[in-house]
Amino acid sequence: MLSDVGRWQLVSDVILEMRNITKEFPGVKALENVSMVVRRGEVHAICGENGAGKSTLMKVLSGVWPHGSYTGEIIYDGKPVEFKNIRQSEHAGIVIIHQELALIPELSIAENIFLGNEYVKSGVIDWVETNRKARELLAHVGLNDEPQTAIKNIGVGKQQLVEIAKALNKDVRLLILDEPTAALNEDDSQHLLGLIDELRRKGITCIIISHKLNEIEQIADSITIIRDGQSVETLDVKGDKVDEDRIIRGMVGREMSSRFPDYTPAIGDKFVEVRDWTVESPVIPGRMVCKGSNFYVRRGEIVGFAGLMGAGRTELMRSIFGQSYGIFRSGELFLDGKPVSLRSVPAAIDAGIGYVTEDRKVLGLNLLDDIKTTTVSAKLKKISKHSVVDRRAEFEAAEGYRKSLRTKTPTVNEGVGKLSGGNQQKVVLAKWLFTDPELLILDEPTRGIDVGAKYEIYGIIQELAKSGKAVIVVSSELPELLGLSDRIYTICEGAITGCLAKGEATQENLMKLMTTLSDRSAAASA
Amino acid sequence: MKKLKDIFGGDTRQFGMIFALVALIVFFQVMTNGLVLKPENVINIFNGNSYILVMAIGMVLVIIAGHIDLSVGSVAAAVGIVVALLMRDTGMHWVVAVLVGLVVGAIIGAWQGFWVAYVGIPAFIVTLSGMMVFRGLNQLIGKSNTIPVGEDFQVIGAGYLPEIGPNTGYNNLTVLLGLILVASVVFGAVRTRRNQVKIGAATDSATALWIRTGLISAAILAVTLLMASGRKGTSFPVSGLILGALVLIYGFISTRTIIGRHVYAVGGNRHAAELSGVRSKRVNFLVMMNMSILAALAGMMFVARSNASGPFDGVGWELDAIAAVFIGGAAVTGGVGTVIGSIVGGLVMAVLNNGMQLLGVGADLTQIIKGLVLLIAVAFDVYNKMQGRPSIIGLLMRNSKKAAAPVSDKAA
Repeated sequence: MLSDVGRWQLVSDVILEMRNITKEFPGVKALENVSMVVRRGEVHAICGENGAGKSTLMKVLSGVWPHGSYTGEIIYDGKPVEFKNIRQSEHAGIVIIHQELALIPELSIAENIFLGNEYVKSGVIDWVETNRKARELLAHVGLNDEPQTAIKNIGVGKQQLVEIAKALNKDVRLLILDEPTAALNEDDSQHLLGLIDELRRKGITCIIISHKLNEIEQIADSITIIRDGQSVETLDVKGDKVDEDRIIRGMVGREMSSRFPDYTPAIGDKFVEVRDWTVESPVIPGRMVCKGSNFYVRRGEIVGFAGLMGAGRTELMRSIFGQSYGIFRSGELFLDGKPVSLRSVPAAIDAGIGYVTEDRKVLGLNLLDDIKTTTVSAKLKKISKHSVVDRRAEFEAAEGYRKSLRTKTPTVNEGVGKLSGGNQQKVVLAKWLFTDPELLILDEPTRGIDVGAKYEIYGIIQELAKSGKAVIVVSSELPELLGLSDRIYTICEGAITGCLAKGEATQENLMKLMTTLSDRSAAASA
Repeated sequence: MKKLKDIFGGDTRQFGMIFALVALIVFFQVMTNGLVLKPENVINIFNGNSYILVMAIGMVLVIIAGHIDLSVGSVAAAVGIVVALLMRDTGMHWVVAVLVGLVVGAIIGAWQGFWVAYVGIPAFIVTLSGMMVFRGLNQLIGKSNTIPVGEDFQVIGAGYLPEIGPNTGYNNLTVLLGLILVASVVFGAVRTRRNQVKIGAATDSATALWIRTGLISAAILAVTLLMASGRKGTSFPVSGLILGALVLIYGFISTRTIIGRHVYAVGGNRHAAELSGVRSKRVNFLVMMNMSILAALAGMMFVARSNASGPFDGVGWELDAIAAVFIGGAAVTGGVGTVIGSIVGGLVMAVLNNGMQLLGVGADLTQIIKGLVLLIAVAFDVYNKMQGRPSIIGLLMRNSKKAAAPVSDKAA
């Protein structure tokens, strides 16, 4: 104890020390004796699998969980603090930017920045000053949009920057970023990391939670690893020569020899073929989100689709999945060589197509449902007689997938909203496996999922291909596509720009194809 | 307390609602020196509220799907006047008239469902419009007059089970009905238990299950005897019978059938439902249409009970039905709610109304108290949610499992 006290007195450049934080929720210990030390002016990363307790720890720090609801001490700037709410922590200069951005889409950038801190002149908002100050703050974060632009009209990347501008306005001294780049593309992520670097030079301390280990390696000075609600170790990135494998080892508590399970593909005949697929945007008339796309997938084959965000990957997949997106303009779909016309999602499911959506919580799950209801929800017919659901069959089906996919839950009666990201994704997979798909499309299947669960999900995908199904994987993470796919198509601005086999694809040539429209595809889209 | 919850097999909210209902009954029973549980009064409560409860059944489905229906009172009135006029002016048999009434309800529902589901206008607006349109239609068709109805028709609103069989001092059919109900409750419990054990999903302790079944049976028997021992000529009301049948049918539909699942799915997350192959437009259409059919039935039951159809029938009913649903645990955001919960919610309101009437509390004060009860019931729900306790009555009642300990959520 004495040595502890001695340490933080000696190290005067410590801005924050959290000591023996324990936080319990009914029936579960989310954090147990977690301690961490953050030096002034550093970028400190917190790593851990989903459900390890990273976000909970940050909520304790920022007063979302008020003093008294946890045990342990927080020493900030040399003084013990007891925050009762976010307002108090913000007052002390601690600002947290949550994974789900807290911006109001209909309001302007300036209005959002000063929300709750409006510039007021005799009871009336001073717009001139507001916009002037907003422009100043935006310049700091490298945004040159007009402050009057509505938030809904700028991309997620820029929204993230607005959040930071908002934090700067609050005289932030300790900035906490929870998965800041999860929804960003490569360019925006790099820009954001650059900004964090700049803030560090200005003396602002950052705590960053991220699953993207390469980014952590790039930006962080030190790393605290949390596993199962306990702080495992703190690494000094430069001193300890930390690399991704080292972080992963800390997170999962074991050596991971490979990030992908061993797998030998057994590729069969062409199962699905798409020709000249063209889809118009439902929002912007005349804009084609898919331009004459041609591709095929064979049985037993895992085919990757690479493209930047907004390139039209999801649009293409959803359009094939029963035309559930956009206005279908032209194109043919062949299953087993026979032309089919699938005009609705039920028709697509009946034809043997499954689609695991991106964004589980918004598109994939009804968070009010429990596991067993979710598991059978895409093919209730299978366990129903005369439209009446057989609850025993339902339970058995869900229980079967719980076991085979190793979903971590005591029973299948648990609500899916309570599960961690990886387990939620397994439930979504179970839901689609239950429909017996011949073609399963997976859109960002591992987004926001920790390394251990990713490995398991890759295994499930490979297992599916091995059983002779055709699999499409859409992903923003190139290493994932490279590791998983037998073939990779690239999409740029709605057009398929290339197709590379497993051996010939690299991050570099994929990225090139993802960013350049070839003459051929440009001609096709015209 | 834990023990009690085991017995009632639900979450705090469900337990709270049933507890509140019992407490209310006991309170008024004491305050009115036993007037509340007099056979005549119990029969009266059923008779005087069954039409609201019938609408609450439709309303809970509408609300689970994420909509609202403000037009039910006007729809009920419009159908009531059509049916009354048909019987008076064309001499139509009452059974045929009832069927015509239901068809008219279906047509009205199809109209509203079309706008809500296929045009995409919020149900609040569509049914606000319907509220005015069908009220006007009632007054236009009836020329703002009151149209009396024949005695044979009155059976669906004011009729009772007939006296048959030996003179036992009780109404035999009512007793028989009660016994059948108890038998089916016990049978259901045995079967559920057996199934649960078979698939290894038994979460309730056996004792809790039996105490629960015993309590439910005792309650049914008590109500049965009360109703059967009423004044000669009165017994279990036909309107209660209609309500009971509807509760069983809709309870089954909402929990056990594909369409029922789809209603919850659409209300819980419409996008996810659509991408899982649910035809959400059709679900919305059917839910709105169903509501108007039930409103039509409720309107006819009311006309039958009050012997006439008038220009101001059904004013304010939508509010009673909606309140019943929310007291019964449904969520404004959709996806949550149960048929049985809404009935309990409606009964809370009904007992409150009745008890205060018996105590001679004025309509003004009654109104205030009812309003506050609605607020407190929902506040209780919200409070529970903030405490992280399960409050989603619908979810839990659909599983009829006790709230399992939260696991695997370390709030990443």
